[in-house]
Amino acid sequence: MVAACGLVDMRWQSELTGIDARADDVSLGVASPAGDYRLEADYVLAADGARSPVRSQLGLRMKGDNYEGRYVIADIRMDHDFPTERRAFFEPSGNPGGTVLIHKQPDNIWRVDYQLREGEGEEEALREANIRTRVGAILGDISHDKAWELEWWSIYSANTLCLDDYRHGRVFFVGDAAHIVPIFGVRGLNNGLADADNLGWKLAAVLNGEAGESLLDSYSPERRGATLDVFANATKSTRFMTPPTRGWRLAREAALSLSLKHEFPRGLANPRQMQPYTYSQSPLTPYPQRDAGFASGSVCGSASPNARLGDGSFLLDRAGDGMTAILFCDGAPNAEQTALLAQLGKLDRRLVALVVARQGSAPATGAIADADDKIAGLFDAQPDTFYLLRPDLHVAGRWKAIVADEILRTAALCLGKPMP
Amino acid sequence: MTAMPSEDFEAAYETLAMAIDSAGPEREALFLTRLALVLGHELGDIAVFRKAIRTALEGVAE
Repeated sequence: MVAACGLVDMRWQSELTGIDARADDVSLGVASPAGDYRLEADYVLAADGARSPVRSQLGLRMKGDNYEGRYVIADIRMDHDFPTERRAFFEPSGNPGGTVLIHKQPDNIWRVDYQLREGEGEEEALREANIRTRVGAILGDISHDKAWELEWWSIYSANTLCLDDYRHGRVFFVGDAAHIVPIFGVRGLNNGLADADNLGWKLAAVLNGEAGESLLDSYSPERRGATLDVFANATKSTRFMTPPTRGWRLAREAALSLSLKHEFPRGLANPRQMQPYTYSQSPLTPYPQRDAGFASGSVCGSASPNARLGDGSFLLDRAGDGMTAILFCDGAPNAEQTALLAQLGKLDRRLVALVVARQGSAPATGAIADADDKIAGLFDAQPDTFYLLRPDLHVAGRWKAIVADEILRTAALCLGKPMP
Repeated sequence: MTAMPSEDFEAAYETLAMAIDSAGPEREALFLTRLALVLGHELGDIAVFRKAIRTALEGVAE
Protein backbone atom coordinates (compact mmCIF):
# COMPACT_ATOMS: atom_id res chain seq x y z
CA MET A 1 0.00 0.00 0.00
CA VAL A 2 2.75 2.40 0.92
CA ALA A 3 4.67 1.51 -2.26
CA ALA A 4 1.55 2.17 -4.36
CA CYS A 5 1.04 5.62 -2.85
CA GLY A 6 2.90 8.36 -4.70
CA LEU A 7 2.68 10.65 -1.68
CA VAL A 8 4.90 8.44 0.48
CA ASP A 9 8.67 8.41 0.24
CA MET A 10 10.12 5.47 2.17
CA ARG A 11 13.63 6.05 3.51
CA TRP A 12 15.15 2.94 5.01
CA GLN A 13 18.27 2.76 7.14
CA SER A 14 17.72 6.30 8.33
CA GLU A 15 18.20 7.37 11.89
CA LEU A 16 16.89 10.45 13.60
CA THR A 17 19.89 12.24 15.11
CA GLY A 18 18.21 15.40 16.30
CA ILE A 19 14.94 17.28 16.29
CA ASP A 20 14.45 20.99 16.54
CA ALA A 21 10.76 21.68 17.17
CA ARG A 22 10.14 25.36 16.52
CA ALA A 23 6.98 27.48 16.56
CA ASP A 24 6.59 27.56 12.77
CA ASP A 25 8.26 24.35 11.61
CA VAL A 26 10.31 21.35 12.65
CA SER A 27 13.83 20.53 11.56
CA LEU A 28 15.04 16.94 11.74
CA GLY A 29 18.60 15.64 11.58
CA VAL A 30 18.83 12.37 9.66
CA ALA A 31 21.79 10.00 9.38
CA SER A 32 21.75 7.54 6.49
CA PRO A 33 24.25 5.42 4.52
CA ALA A 34 24.02 8.04 1.76
CA GLY A 35 25.10 10.75 4.19
CA ASP A 36 23.66 13.01 6.86
CA TYR A 37 21.12 15.66 6.01
CA ARG A 38 18.41 17.86 7.47
CA LEU A 39 14.74 17.43 6.78
CA GLU A 40 12.41 20.41 7.19
CA ALA A 41 8.78 19.73 7.99
CA ASP A 42 5.59 21.63 8.77
CA TYR A 43 4.43 18.82 11.01
CA VAL A 44 5.99 15.61 12.32
CA LEU A 45 3.99 12.53 13.29
CA ALA A 46 6.10 10.46 15.66
CA ALA A 47 4.90 6.91 15.14
CA ASP A 48 8.27 5.55 16.18
CA GLY A 49 7.17 3.02 18.75
CA ALA A 50 7.35 2.33 22.45
CA ARG A 51 10.97 3.52 22.71
CA SER A 52 10.23 6.57 20.53
CA PRO A 53 13.50 8.43 19.82
CA VAL A 54 11.47 11.55 19.02
CA ARG A 55 9.87 11.39 22.46
CA SER A 56 13.17 11.00 24.27
CA GLN A 57 14.95 13.65 22.18
CA LEU A 58 12.19 16.11 23.09
CA GLY A 59 12.69 15.15 26.75
CA LEU A 60 9.11 13.91 27.18
CA ARG A 61 8.21 11.06 29.50
CA MET A 62 5.21 8.78 29.71
CA LYS A 63 3.45 8.32 33.04
CA GLY A 64 1.31 5.54 34.43
CA ASP A 65 1.39 2.17 36.13
CA ASN A 66 3.31 -1.07 35.93
CA TYR A 67 1.51 -4.32 36.70
CA GLU A 68 2.55 -7.54 38.36
CA GLY A 69 3.79 -10.36 36.21
CA ARG A 70 6.32 -10.68 33.43
CA TYR A 71 5.64 -12.62 30.27
CA VAL A 72 7.95 -14.26 27.80
CA ILE A 73 6.64 -13.80 24.28
CA ALA A 74 7.77 -16.38 21.72
CA ASP A 75 6.85 -16.68 18.05
CA ILE A 76 6.99 -20.22 16.72
CA ARG A 77 6.30 -21.78 13.34
CA MET A 78 4.15 -24.91 13.29
CA ASP A 79 1.25 -26.62 11.52
CA HIS A 80 -1.74 -26.67 13.83
CA ASP A 81 -5.49 -26.57 13.32
CA PHE A 82 -6.09 -24.69 16.55
CA PRO A 83 -8.69 -21.91 16.12
CA THR A 84 -7.45 -18.47 15.02
CA GLU A 85 -8.78 -16.73 18.13
CA ARG A 86 -6.56 -16.04 21.10
CA ARG A 87 -6.79 -18.76 23.73
CA ALA A 88 -5.89 -18.29 27.38
CA PHE A 89 -4.73 -21.14 29.62
CA PHE A 90 -4.75 -20.50 33.33
CA GLU A 91 -2.12 -22.45 35.26
CA PRO A 92 -1.78 -25.23 32.67
CA SER A 93 0.56 -28.14 33.42
CA GLY A 94 3.04 -26.78 30.82
CA ASN A 95 3.42 -23.53 32.82
CA PRO A 96 2.43 -24.25 36.43
CA GLY A 97 1.40 -21.19 38.41
CA GLY A 98 1.15 -18.90 35.38
CA THR A 99 -1.04 -17.89 32.48
CA VAL A 100 -0.39 -18.88 28.85
CA LEU A 101 -1.83 -17.18 25.76
CA ILE A 102 -1.70 -18.72 22.29
CA HIS A 103 -2.88 -17.15 19.07
CA LYS A 104 -2.34 -17.62 15.38
CA GLN A 105 -0.63 -15.07 13.17
CA PRO A 106 -0.14 -15.12 9.39
CA ASP A 107 2.18 -17.65 7.69
CA ASN A 108 1.85 -20.46 10.25
CA ILE A 109 3.37 -18.32 12.96
CA TRP A 110 1.89 -18.74 16.40
CA ARG A 111 2.49 -16.38 19.25
CA VAL A 112 2.91 -18.00 22.67
CA ASP A 113 2.95 -15.74 25.73
CA TYR A 114 3.72 -17.32 29.05
CA GLN A 115 3.84 -15.76 32.48
CA LEU A 116 7.02 -16.22 34.49
CA ARG A 117 6.83 -17.38 38.06
CA GLU A 118 7.62 -14.95 40.84
CA GLY A 119 11.34 -14.97 41.50
CA GLU A 120 12.26 -16.37 38.06
CA GLY A 121 15.22 -14.39 36.77
CA GLU A 122 14.92 -12.69 33.38
CA GLU A 123 18.33 -13.73 32.17
CA GLU A 124 17.65 -17.37 32.96
CA ALA A 125 14.16 -17.19 31.45
CA LEU A 126 15.49 -15.75 28.19
CA ARG A 127 18.09 -18.48 27.58
CA GLU A 128 17.13 -20.19 24.33
CA ALA A 129 17.31 -23.68 25.81
CA ASN A 130 14.93 -22.70 28.62
CA ILE A 131 12.48 -21.14 26.17
CA ARG A 132 12.53 -24.30 24.04
CA THR A 133 11.81 -26.48 27.09
CA ARG A 134 8.99 -24.27 28.30
CA VAL A 135 7.35 -23.82 24.88
CA GLY A 136 7.67 -27.56 24.28
CA ALA A 137 5.79 -28.29 27.52
CA ILE A 138 3.08 -25.77 26.61
CA LEU A 139 2.68 -27.31 23.14
CA GLY A 140 2.30 -30.65 24.90
CA ASP A 141 -0.77 -29.17 26.61
CA ILE A 142 -2.40 -28.54 23.23
CA SER A 143 -1.32 -32.00 21.98
CA HIS A 144 1.15 -30.73 19.41
CA ASP A 145 3.63 -33.58 18.97
CA LYS A 146 4.97 -32.55 15.54
CA ALA A 147 7.90 -30.32 14.67
CA TRP A 148 8.04 -26.60 15.44
CA GLU A 149 10.62 -23.89 15.00
CA LEU A 150 11.41 -21.05 17.37
CA GLU A 151 11.43 -17.78 15.37
CA TRP A 152 11.76 -14.94 17.84
CA TRP A 153 11.33 -14.16 21.52
CA SER A 154 11.26 -11.29 23.96
CA ILE A 155 10.02 -10.40 27.42
CA TYR A 156 7.55 -7.82 28.69
CA SER A 157 5.49 -6.78 31.67
CA ALA A 158 2.08 -5.12 31.50
CA ASN A 159 2.16 -1.32 31.60
CA THR A 160 -0.38 1.43 31.19
CA LEU A 161 1.72 4.45 30.28
CA CYS A 162 0.96 7.54 28.24
CA LEU A 163 2.10 11.07 27.57
CA ASP A 164 0.24 13.94 29.26
CA ASP A 165 -0.21 15.54 25.84
CA TYR A 166 -0.01 13.74 22.47
CA ARG A 167 0.88 17.01 20.82
CA HIS A 168 4.11 18.90 21.33
CA GLY A 169 3.80 21.98 19.14
CA ARG A 170 4.07 20.67 15.60
CA VAL A 171 4.98 17.15 16.67
CA PHE A 172 2.19 14.63 17.19
CA PHE A 173 2.67 11.29 18.92
CA VAL A 174 0.86 8.31 17.40
CA GLY A 175 0.48 4.72 18.64
CA ASP A 176 3.00 3.21 21.05
CA ALA A 177 5.05 6.41 20.94
CA ALA A 178 2.13 8.07 22.79
CA HIS A 179 0.77 5.21 24.87
CA ILE A 180 1.69 1.72 26.01
CA VAL A 181 -1.16 -0.66 26.81
CA PRO A 182 -1.08 -4.23 28.13
CA ILE A 183 -1.44 -6.85 25.40
CA PHE A 184 -4.55 -8.41 26.89
CA GLY A 185 -7.28 -7.31 24.49
CA VAL A 186 -5.37 -6.56 21.26
CA ARG A 187 -5.49 -2.83 21.77
CA GLY A 188 -1.97 -1.75 20.88
CA LEU A 189 -2.08 -1.74 17.09
CA ASN A 190 -5.82 -1.03 17.01
CA ASN A 191 -5.38 2.14 19.02
CA GLY A 192 -2.45 3.19 16.89
CA LEU A 193 -4.64 2.91 13.80
CA ALA A 194 -7.43 4.84 15.55
CA ASP A 195 -4.89 7.59 16.37
CA ALA A 196 -3.85 7.74 12.72
CA ASP A 197 -7.48 7.83 11.59
CA ASN A 198 -8.25 10.67 13.99
CA LEU A 199 -5.23 12.77 13.11
CA GLY A 200 -5.41 11.92 9.40
CA TRP A 201 -8.59 13.77 8.51
CA LYS A 202 -7.72 16.74 10.69
CA LEU A 203 -4.23 17.20 9.31
CA ALA A 204 -5.45 16.70 5.75
CA ALA A 205 -8.08 19.43 6.20
CA VAL A 206 -5.49 21.82 7.67
CA LEU A 207 -2.87 21.11 4.99
CA ASN A 208 -5.48 21.59 2.27
CA GLY A 209 -6.38 24.96 3.74
CA GLU A 210 -9.92 23.80 4.48
CA ALA A 211 -9.64 23.90 8.25
CA GLY A 212 -7.95 26.15 10.77
CA GLU A 213 -5.00 24.92 12.80
CA SER A 214 -7.05 24.94 16.02
CA LEU A 215 -8.71 21.73 14.76
CA LEU A 216 -5.43 19.94 15.57
CA ASP A 217 -5.88 20.84 19.25
CA SER A 218 -8.64 18.22 19.45
CA TYR A 219 -6.31 15.31 18.60
CA SER A 220 -4.75 14.93 22.04
CA PRO A 221 -7.91 15.24 24.19
CA GLU A 222 -9.82 12.86 21.91
CA ARG A 223 -7.17 10.17 21.60
CA ARG A 224 -5.87 10.52 25.14
CA GLY A 225 -9.45 10.08 26.33
CA ALA A 226 -9.59 6.88 24.26
CA THR A 227 -6.30 5.74 25.82
CA LEU A 228 -7.59 6.25 29.37
CA ASP A 229 -10.71 4.27 28.47
CA VAL A 230 -8.50 1.48 27.11
CA PHE A 231 -6.43 1.62 30.31
CA ALA A 232 -9.54 1.10 32.45
CA ASN A 233 -10.53 -1.97 30.42
CA ALA A 234 -7.01 -3.29 30.06
CA THR A 235 -6.47 -2.99 33.80
CA LYS A 236 -9.46 -5.27 34.37
CA SER A 237 -8.12 -7.78 31.84
CA THR A 238 -4.62 -7.60 33.29
CA ARG A 239 -5.85 -8.31 36.80
CA PHE A 240 -7.64 -11.36 35.49
CA MET A 241 -4.72 -12.62 33.40
CA THR A 242 -2.14 -11.87 36.12
CA PRO A 243 -3.82 -11.56 39.53
CA PRO A 244 -1.66 -9.29 41.71
CA THR A 245 -2.64 -10.52 45.20
CA ARG A 246 -4.12 -13.54 46.97
CA GLY A 247 -7.58 -11.95 46.87
CA TRP A 248 -7.46 -11.52 43.09
CA ARG A 249 -6.03 -15.03 42.67
CA LEU A 250 -8.74 -16.60 44.81
CA ALA A 251 -11.54 -14.68 43.09
CA ARG A 252 -10.18 -15.76 39.69
CA GLU A 253 -9.86 -19.39 40.73
CA ALA A 254 -13.44 -19.30 42.02
CA ALA A 255 -14.71 -17.71 38.79
CA LEU A 256 -12.74 -20.05 36.51
CA SER A 257 -13.70 -23.20 38.37
CA LEU A 258 -17.39 -22.18 38.36
CA SER A 259 -17.12 -21.43 34.62
CA LEU A 260 -16.55 -25.11 33.87
CA LYS A 261 -20.21 -25.81 34.62
CA HIS A 262 -21.90 -22.42 34.66
CA GLU A 263 -22.35 -19.66 32.12
CA PHE A 264 -22.56 -16.62 34.39
CA PRO A 265 -18.87 -16.19 35.40
CA ARG A 266 -17.50 -16.72 31.88
CA GLY A 267 -17.79 -13.06 30.91
CA LEU A 268 -15.15 -12.21 33.54
CA ALA A 269 -12.49 -13.78 31.31
CA ASN A 270 -13.61 -11.65 28.36
CA PRO A 271 -10.61 -9.58 27.24
CA ARG A 272 -12.97 -6.68 26.46
CA GLN A 273 -11.70 -6.20 22.97
CA MET A 274 -11.66 -2.83 21.28
CA GLN A 275 -14.87 -0.94 20.68
CA PRO A 276 -15.00 2.36 18.80
CA TYR A 277 -14.48 5.09 21.37
CA THR A 278 -17.10 7.77 22.01
CA TYR A 279 -15.55 11.25 21.82
CA SER A 280 -18.10 12.69 24.24
CA GLN A 281 -15.68 14.94 26.16
CA SER A 282 -14.24 16.37 22.97
CA PRO A 283 -13.97 20.07 22.15
CA LEU A 284 -15.59 19.10 18.82
CA THR A 285 -18.73 17.87 20.59
CA PRO A 286 -20.07 21.11 22.12
CA TYR A 287 -23.75 20.19 22.61
CA PRO A 288 -23.90 16.77 24.30
CA GLN A 289 -26.92 17.99 26.29
CA ARG A 290 -28.93 17.65 23.05
CA ASP A 291 -28.74 13.87 23.53
CA ALA A 292 -31.41 14.32 26.20
CA GLY A 293 -33.95 14.87 23.41
CA PHE A 294 -33.38 11.33 22.13
CA ALA A 295 -34.48 8.03 23.63
CA SER A 296 -32.01 6.01 21.50
CA GLY A 297 -29.66 6.30 18.51
CA SER A 298 -25.98 7.20 18.83
CA VAL A 299 -24.90 9.81 21.35
CA CYS A 300 -22.72 12.82 20.52
CA GLY A 301 -19.16 11.71 19.86
CA SER A 302 -19.98 8.08 19.10
CA ALA A 303 -19.59 6.28 15.77
CA SER A 304 -22.69 6.93 13.67
CA PRO A 305 -25.21 4.14 13.13
CA ASN A 306 -25.53 2.86 9.58
CA ALA A 307 -28.58 1.64 7.72
CA ARG A 308 -29.00 -0.77 4.83
CA LEU A 309 -31.03 0.89 2.09
CA GLY A 310 -33.61 -0.67 -0.23
CA ASP A 311 -31.03 -1.20 -3.03
CA GLY A 312 -28.65 -3.11 -0.73
CA SER A 313 -26.19 -0.23 -0.32
CA PHE A 314 -25.65 1.51 3.01
CA LEU A 315 -26.58 5.02 4.12
CA LEU A 316 -23.01 5.91 5.07
CA ASP A 317 -21.70 4.78 1.65
CA ARG A 318 -23.07 8.16 0.60
CA ALA A 319 -21.21 10.12 3.26
CA GLY A 320 -18.51 12.48 2.01
CA ASP A 321 -14.87 13.00 2.93
CA GLY A 322 -15.83 16.27 4.61
CA MET A 323 -18.70 16.80 7.02
CA THR A 324 -21.91 14.88 6.41
CA ALA A 325 -25.33 16.25 7.34
CA ILE A 326 -28.25 13.86 7.80
CA LEU A 327 -31.57 15.69 7.68
CA PHE A 328 -34.85 13.92 8.32
CA CYS A 329 -37.84 15.61 6.74
CA ASP A 330 -41.26 15.35 5.15
CA GLY A 331 -40.52 14.74 1.49
CA ALA A 332 -38.40 17.82 0.81
CA PRO A 333 -36.46 20.24 3.05
CA ASN A 334 -38.42 23.36 3.99
CA ALA A 335 -37.04 26.88 3.53
CA GLU A 336 -35.31 27.00 6.91
CA GLN A 337 -33.68 23.58 6.41
CA THR A 338 -32.57 24.49 2.89
CA ALA A 339 -30.99 27.71 4.16
CA LEU A 340 -29.11 25.81 6.88
CA LEU A 341 -27.73 23.28 4.39
CA ALA A 342 -26.59 26.16 2.15
CA GLN A 343 -24.77 27.85 5.06
CA LEU A 344 -23.10 24.57 6.00
CA GLY A 345 -22.04 24.11 2.39
CA LYS A 346 -20.33 27.50 2.52
CA LEU A 347 -18.44 26.50 5.69
CA ASP A 348 -17.31 23.16 4.27
CA ARG A 349 -17.08 22.86 0.52
CA ARG A 350 -16.88 19.08 0.88
CA LEU A 351 -20.18 18.93 2.81
CA VAL A 352 -22.50 16.11 1.77
CA ALA A 353 -26.14 16.48 2.79
CA LEU A 354 -28.17 13.29 3.07
CA VAL A 355 -31.90 14.05 3.08
CA VAL A 356 -34.04 11.25 4.47
CA ALA A 357 -37.74 11.53 3.60
CA ARG A 358 -40.18 9.91 6.00
CA GLN A 359 -42.35 7.03 4.87
CA GLY A 360 -45.41 8.12 2.93
CA SER A 361 -43.97 11.50 1.89
CA ALA A 362 -43.00 12.23 -1.70
CA PRO A 363 -39.19 12.35 -1.55
CA ALA A 364 -37.54 15.29 -3.29
CA THR A 365 -34.96 14.55 -6.01
CA GLY A 366 -31.86 13.04 -4.43
CA ALA A 367 -33.62 12.37 -1.14
CA ILE A 368 -33.54 8.90 0.38
CA ALA A 369 -37.02 7.38 0.82
CA ASP A 370 -37.18 5.83 4.27
CA ALA A 371 -39.18 2.64 3.75
CA ASP A 372 -40.94 1.64 6.99
CA ASP A 373 -39.13 4.57 8.68
CA LYS A 374 -36.25 2.16 9.31
CA ILE A 375 -33.53 4.82 9.15
CA ALA A 376 -35.56 7.19 11.36
CA GLY A 377 -35.86 4.33 13.87
CA LEU A 378 -32.07 3.77 13.97
CA PHE A 379 -31.44 7.47 14.52
CA ASP A 380 -34.51 7.99 16.75
CA ALA A 381 -35.47 10.74 14.32
CA GLN A 382 -38.63 12.67 13.45
CA PRO A 383 -39.05 15.26 10.72
CA ASP A 384 -36.60 18.16 11.40
CA THR A 385 -34.14 15.89 13.26
CA PHE A 386 -30.56 16.64 12.26
CA TYR A 387 -27.28 14.70 12.69
CA LEU A 388 -23.96 16.30 11.87
CA LEU A 389 -21.19 13.74 11.22
CA ARG A 390 -17.47 14.41 11.16
CA PRO A 391 -15.33 13.10 8.31
CA ASP A 392 -14.51 10.03 10.49
CA LEU A 393 -18.29 9.40 10.74
CA HIS A 394 -18.49 10.10 14.44
CA VAL A 395 -21.50 12.17 15.52
CA ALA A 396 -20.39 15.79 16.06
CA GLY A 397 -23.87 16.74 17.20
CA ARG A 398 -27.52 15.81 16.90
CA TRP A 399 -30.66 17.81 17.34
CA LYS A 400 -34.16 16.37 17.66
CA ALA A 401 -35.31 19.58 15.98
CA ILE A 402 -32.95 21.96 14.19
CA VAL A 403 -31.17 24.68 16.20
CA ALA A 404 -29.36 26.39 13.33
CA ASP A 405 -26.81 28.44 15.28
CA GLU A 406 -25.71 25.41 17.33
CA ILE A 407 -25.32 23.28 14.20
CA LEU A 408 -23.27 25.97 12.45
CA ARG A 409 -21.10 26.46 15.54
CA THR A 410 -20.44 22.70 15.75
CA ALA A 411 -19.50 22.53 12.06
CA ALA A 412 -17.18 25.53 12.50
CA LEU A 413 -15.44 23.85 15.45
CA CYS A 414 -14.95 20.66 13.42
CA LEU A 415 -13.25 22.77 10.76
CA GLY A 416 -11.16 24.82 13.19
CA LYS A 417 -12.86 27.95 11.88
CA PRO A 418 -14.21 31.02 13.69
CA MET A 419 -17.96 31.16 14.18
CA PRO A 420 -19.86 32.00 11.00
CA MET B 1 -36.06 -8.04 50.37
CA THR B 2 -37.51 -10.13 53.19
CA ALA B 3 -35.21 -11.91 55.63
CA MET B 4 -35.29 -15.70 55.85
CA PRO B 5 -37.63 -17.20 58.51
CA SER B 6 -35.52 -18.13 61.55
CA GLU B 7 -36.08 -21.84 61.07
CA ASP B 8 -34.78 -21.68 57.49
CA PHE B 9 -31.90 -19.46 58.54
CA GLU B 10 -30.89 -22.05 61.12
CA ALA B 11 -30.89 -24.65 58.35
CA ALA B 12 -28.74 -22.34 56.18
CA TYR B 13 -26.28 -21.99 59.06
CA GLU B 14 -26.01 -25.77 59.47
CA THR B 15 -25.70 -26.38 55.75
CA LEU B 16 -22.89 -23.82 55.53
CA ALA B 17 -20.99 -25.31 58.49
CA MET B 18 -21.15 -28.80 56.99
CA ALA B 19 -20.15 -27.53 53.54
CA ILE B 20 -17.06 -25.77 54.96
CA ASP B 21 -16.05 -29.02 56.61
CA SER B 22 -16.56 -31.04 53.46
CA ALA B 23 -14.46 -28.53 51.46
CA GLY B 24 -11.65 -29.08 53.96
CA PRO B 25 -9.09 -26.57 55.29
CA GLU B 26 -7.09 -26.51 52.02
CA ARG B 27 -10.10 -25.60 49.89
CA GLU B 28 -12.36 -23.69 52.27
CA ALA B 29 -11.29 -20.26 51.00
CA LEU B 30 -11.97 -21.33 47.42
CA PHE B 31 -15.32 -22.79 48.41
CA LEU B 32 -16.39 -19.63 50.27
CA THR B 33 -15.30 -17.41 47.37
CA ARG B 34 -17.28 -19.54 44.93
CA LEU B 35 -20.26 -19.37 47.25
CA ALA B 36 -20.02 -15.58 47.40
CA LEU B 37 -19.88 -15.30 43.59
CA VAL B 38 -22.87 -17.63 43.16
CA LEU B 39 -24.90 -15.77 45.80
CA GLY B 40 -23.90 -12.39 44.34
CA HIS B 41 -25.04 -13.50 40.92
CA GLU B 42 -28.36 -14.85 42.25
CA LEU B 43 -28.89 -11.68 44.26
CA GLY B 44 -28.74 -9.58 41.10
CA ASP B 45 -28.15 -6.32 42.99
CA ILE B 46 -24.66 -4.83 43.37
CA ALA B 47 -25.74 -2.41 46.14
CA VAL B 48 -27.09 -5.24 48.31
CA PHE B 49 -23.98 -7.33 47.54
CA ARG B 50 -21.68 -4.47 48.56
CA LYS B 51 -23.67 -4.02 51.78
CA ALA B 52 -23.32 -7.73 52.52
CA ILE B 53 -19.55 -7.54 51.91
CA ARG B 54 -19.30 -4.56 54.28
CA THR B 55 -21.30 -6.34 56.98
CA ALA B 56 -19.20 -9.51 56.70
CA LEU B 57 -15.89 -7.62 56.60
CA GLU B 58 -16.69 -5.46 59.63
CA GLY B 59 -14.46 -6.43 62.55
CA VAL B 60 -12.52 -8.88 60.34
CA ALA B 61 -10.39 -6.56 58.19
CA GLU B 62 -7.61 -4.71 59.98
